Order: sequence, then structure tokens, then C-alpha cells
Amino acid sequence: MQDQQAALAPNANDILVDVRGLKMHFPVTTGVIFQKTIGQVKAVDGVSFAIRRGETLGLVGESGCGKTTTGRCLLRFERPTEGQILFDGEDVTKMGDREMRVLRRRMQIIFQDPYSSLNPRMTAGQIVGEPLTIHKLTQTKAEKKDRVAELLSIVGLNPLMADRYPHEFSGGQRQRIGIARALAVEPSFIVCDEAVSALDVSIQAQVLNLLEELQDQLNLTYLFIAHDLSVVRHVADRVAVMYLGHLVELAPRDELYTNPLHPYTQALLSAVPIPDPKIEATRMRILLRGEVPSSLNPPPGCVFNPRCPIAEEECSAAVPELREVSPEHWVACRLV
Amino acid sequence: MAVLLEIKDLQTYFYTPTGVVKAVDGVSYDVQEGETLAIVGESGCGKSVSALSVMRLIPNPPGRIVGGEILYKGQDLMKLDEGEMQRTRGKEIAMVFQEPMTSLNPVLSIGRQMTESLEFHFGMSKTDAADKAVELIRSVEISDAERRLHQFPHHLSGGMRQRIMIAMALSCNPSVLIADEPTTALDVTVQAQILELMKRLTQELGAALVIITHNLGVVARYADRVNVMYAGKVIERGTSAEIYGNPKHPYTLGLMASVPRLDLPPKDKLDPIEGQPPDLADLPPGCSFLPRCRYAIDRCAVESPPLTVVQGAHMSACWVADQLPSETARTS
Repeated sequence: MQDQQAALAPNANDILVDVRGLKMHFPVTTGVIFQKTIGQVKAVDGVSFAIRRGETLGLVGESGCGKTTTGRCLLRFERPTEGQILFDGEDVTKMGDREMRVLRRRMQIIFQDPYSSLNPRMTAGQIVGEPLTIHKLTQTKAEKKDRVAELLSIVGLNPLMADRYPHEFSGGQRQRIGIARALAVEPSFIVCDEAVSALDVSIQAQVLNLLEELQDQLNLTYLFIAHDLSVVRHVADRVAVMYLGHLVELAPRDELYTNPLHPYTQALLSAVPIPDPKIEATRMRILLRGEVPSSLNPPPGCVFNPRCPIAEEECSAAVPELREVSPEHWVACRLV
Repeated sequence: MAVLLEIKDLQTYFYTPTGVVKAVDGVSYDVQEGETLAIVGESGCGKSVSALSVMRLIPNPPGRIVGGEILYKGQDLMKLDEGEMQRTRGKEIAMVFQEPMTSLNPVLSIGRQMTESLEFHFGMSKTDAADKAVELIRSVEISDAERRLHQFPHHLSGGMRQRIMIAMALSCNPSVLIADEPTTALDVTVQAQILELMKRLTQELGAALVIITHNLGVVARYADRVNVMYAGKVIERGTSAEIYGNPKHPYTLGLMASVPRLDLPPKDKLDPIEGQPPDLADLPPGCSFLPRCRYAIDRCAVESPPLTVVQGAHMSACWVADQLPSETARTS
């Protein structure tokens, strides 16, 4: 495990976030008063990866694969069952709440749903200004007002809109408010959890461009969680693919998209529609059988084996380790 | 091919406290026998409302179909009484909705929901209907069909629920199946399965398939013809080769440029359509796309462009349609 980590993170100084053997199991209970644990949802089951300073790591997978839970663990919204999360060398999993609060100034999150992630009773200005108050970043009211106006204009909103409530904004504008709120504390790391999935395509492109501009200007590091592989290819430097709580492939962007090695990544890529009937007419599609199994009762061995087009008998015997098949290209499949 | 369903100058308005929202404002399109037609547009462009108008499922109040004709096999659906409409709905024109979670009744078993329409439209006995339901569940490739009859929607995954919806919609052999964002709520790998399934089943039945979607990519593989909608109007229409290969409306061009594509080398920057879609309760005079259009001329502000022929059956509602850059020039 240690060797693997060393290789995953070639230069420790470059690494901002280092996740080692992360496990997040949620207990399933029965009974109202006398609760009994009857099982465990293994949302994340032994995931290791590192995020370098200034890069965007894409984390893709289908619903229920644990990508959001992984992101939430990094911010310690959940206390992981097992594993380490080193943020700039400090272990987040061992921190107390007070230390964590200080650290959260450096890590922020942008949520998927711009409708439910903003408090409807607060104005845009109050929403963006709240982190400033909590972290005591501005001293006077005037200073706070100026900073809020500045943040709103950074994300392309008119500062005069600060007095409006969320329902007065469109989906794309609300997402910009969410981004301004995340930027308020000048973080170095932002988890973008399906940050553009709920937006229409024309607006999605605007927000993606904004996120990239901000990354350049403010030297941000992103964990970009999404299910849309074309969007991830556009923004990410490296891409990690998750399936049922496990990391199945991790590679630099171009490598992953031109030379996907894991059968799941291959199927996932072949299912992404291309807006060109001429290409689609000749394109081969790998249609997977069935659906993602429940993480309450994952299949033995390689979790992908029941749906895998090339699975062999041995695949259900042991969980395949993530191994480096070519420089920086990691795959968890015994047949590759 | 014969025209099966023809929508002429449909206007569906919603009367809200803040004003009249012209959700569908003079939309015309037709569906031919056995074809796959796509209606593409972003949220609020009126694509779903136009389909719900065909089914006469617009909640009234606040909504009302204020004008136009909906001709199904020559018969105006607007002139049918509710009883006649009920016999058309499901039997002649069926619909699959976006949300497989909310469009099934959570307190009725799958079997009950599937047999209901068979008993209503064909007067089948309970046992005959149950047999037919089992056959239908098998046809949408769900295992353990007999057991499924006694299960409830919450026992099934999203993909399976959507399969059940498709089985229900096709149970009465409709001539037209309207699918409103059938795969939006589903994962990519399941999305592909469901689309393949719908295409195959409608082909076997000889039914026309109308796919409503916001995702240009989803329909490229399946659609014969495409209608692009914006702010309550059809702004471009053509075969999918024409729409994807040679778009002739600035909005369609913009949509194509906004999506990152897996088949092209990654771009440094996406080329979004600037601005926001217009408020349908307060549309500007002239072309609704004008505020976001980079090819606009003076005429666009005063006169709304009608849908006119570009070439053959390829139509565009733009004054400068023939001066737009070609798609190939733009991407290279």
C-alpha cells in the first residue's frame, strides 16, 4: 500500500490532497427504539488517490458509485470508517471540530442543485457574505459589502443583484452565487460536486468557462465530480473512474480517453452519445447487461464482474488491486 | 410516408399572476408514420408543453390551449370530448415521462398499473390482462416477469421503472409514442439500453417515436428528423444529417458549440451562448433569440423571422440563415 502511494504521488510537495485507503461504510439499522445494525452500505470501499496543487482531478461514475461520498469525506462532512485523508500533510480524519473549522477556510464545495443549496430566505449578498462573518474575514460592514460586491462581479453577476433572493435568479445565476460563496474564504481547494449537471447546455458552458478562469486566476485545485464524461474531459487534467465504491481506473486525461483499459471505462465511454449522426452510425457500442448492483450487497471479487463483458471465473474470487500498467495509468482489473 | 400527427400553429398559454406565459407560441410540426422525430431545446422552450398539449394534459387553470389544431389521422383532437380523448390517449398516442420515480403510482402494484389500460381499452378480463402484462414485461427485458406483477414501484431501480413505463405505453399498440426526456434521470450506461429498447420496440410495432430532449447528443443516433425549439417556437427543422451537419440557425450553431465533444480534440475554452433564455411572459418584439445572437441584423429587432425553407425540407427561422458560417468551417 505504501509503495503504491509513493508511486501515485511522485513528488510529495506537489500533493495537496492525499487520500489513502478511504472507506466509508454506513450502517443499516432496523427497529425504532432498540436499533440493530443489519448490514452496511459500503459507499466507498478502499479508495486511494492524490490531487496535485493546481490540477483538476475528474471523478466520474454512475449514481451510487460513491463519488459524492468521497468528496464529502474530503471535507469531513462524513467521518470516514477507515483510511487517511491528508490535506497539505495534515490528517483531516483525526482533526477535532475546531481545527476542522479553521481548515475549511481552505477547502470549499460547490453543490449540484442550485435550487436547494441556497437558503431561500437569505439574499444573494447575505449568502455570499456569511462565510466572511463566520471566518471573521472582514471587520466593518462597509468592508464586507465591498467584498461581497467584488465576489459577485468575479463570478459575472451584477453587484447590484446582492439584495435579491435566490428565486429571482435563473439556475445558472444561482450556481454563480454558489461559486461566489465558495470563493469568499479564498480557498485553495474546491470540490465541485456535479456543479454543472443541473444546468442547460448553453449555460453549462458559461459556468465551465468561469470555473476554468477562476482556477487560472486564483490558482485553485479542483476535485471535479461528475457523471458526464464529455464535460470531465473538457475540464480535468487527470481522471479517476469509480464503480460501486472502488476506483477502477485512474489516468491522465488524454490517456484515459484514448486508451481506456478497464472494461467499465470502455463501456462508459462507448455509451456517451456524440452529436453527429454520421459518427454514431458507424460507432460500436458496448451495451452493459443489467444495472449497478446495490452497495449494500456488492458482488464478491471484482465488483464489476457480473456486468463485465470479459469476466472470467477467477474475477469473482478476489478484489483486483489498482496497479500501474503504464506511467501514471492505473487500472484495477486482473485481465488488463 | 403518410403524415400521422400534424400540429398546426399551436398556442398554449399559461395565465399566471405575473402575466401570460406563452409557453408554446405558434408551433407547427408533423409526425410521419413509423419515423423517429426529435424535439430538442433547453428548459422552458416549450417542448414538453407542446407534447402535453397533444395529449390534452395541460393543467387548466392556469394553462390553456388558445389556438391551433392538432390533427391525428385527419381528426382534430381539440374537438374531441373528454370520453373520446380518453379512448385516444394511451391507445393511439401514448407517452413516457421523464421521471420514472414520480410517474408511477407508488401505492398500486406494477401488475395493477399495467392491466388498467388493457382492461379499459380492450375490455380484457383480469387474467388475460395479467398474461399480457407478463408478456410485456418480458418484451422490455426485465427478468422474473410474474414476480414483478406483485411488486411496487419502490422495489424497482430507475432503469427498470422506465422499462415498465415503456411497456405500459406500448401495451395498447399505439401509433405514436411520445417520450418526454425518457433517459434524462438515468445513468449513461442505462440510458443507452433504454434508447436502444425504445427504438427496437417502436420499429417492431411500426409506431412513430417522438423523443423530446435537451441533449443533442442523445438523439443523433436515433432521430430521422429533428425540430429545434427556442422560447416557444420551432426555430429549425430538418433531417438529422442537415441539423447536425449543416445547422442554419444561430441558436442551433450555439448549442453545438457549447457541448464538449468526445470525438473532437479537447478545446481550451468552450464557446457558450452568452446571456440567459428570455422570460416567456415578457418576450421582446422581433426574434426571441436576438439578445443572445451574434449574427443579428437590424431587421431582427422589429420583425420575428418565420420558419422558411433553406433547402428542400430543411427550414430555419432566421433572417440571415443563408449567411451563417457552415459547421465544418466553425469547428476546424
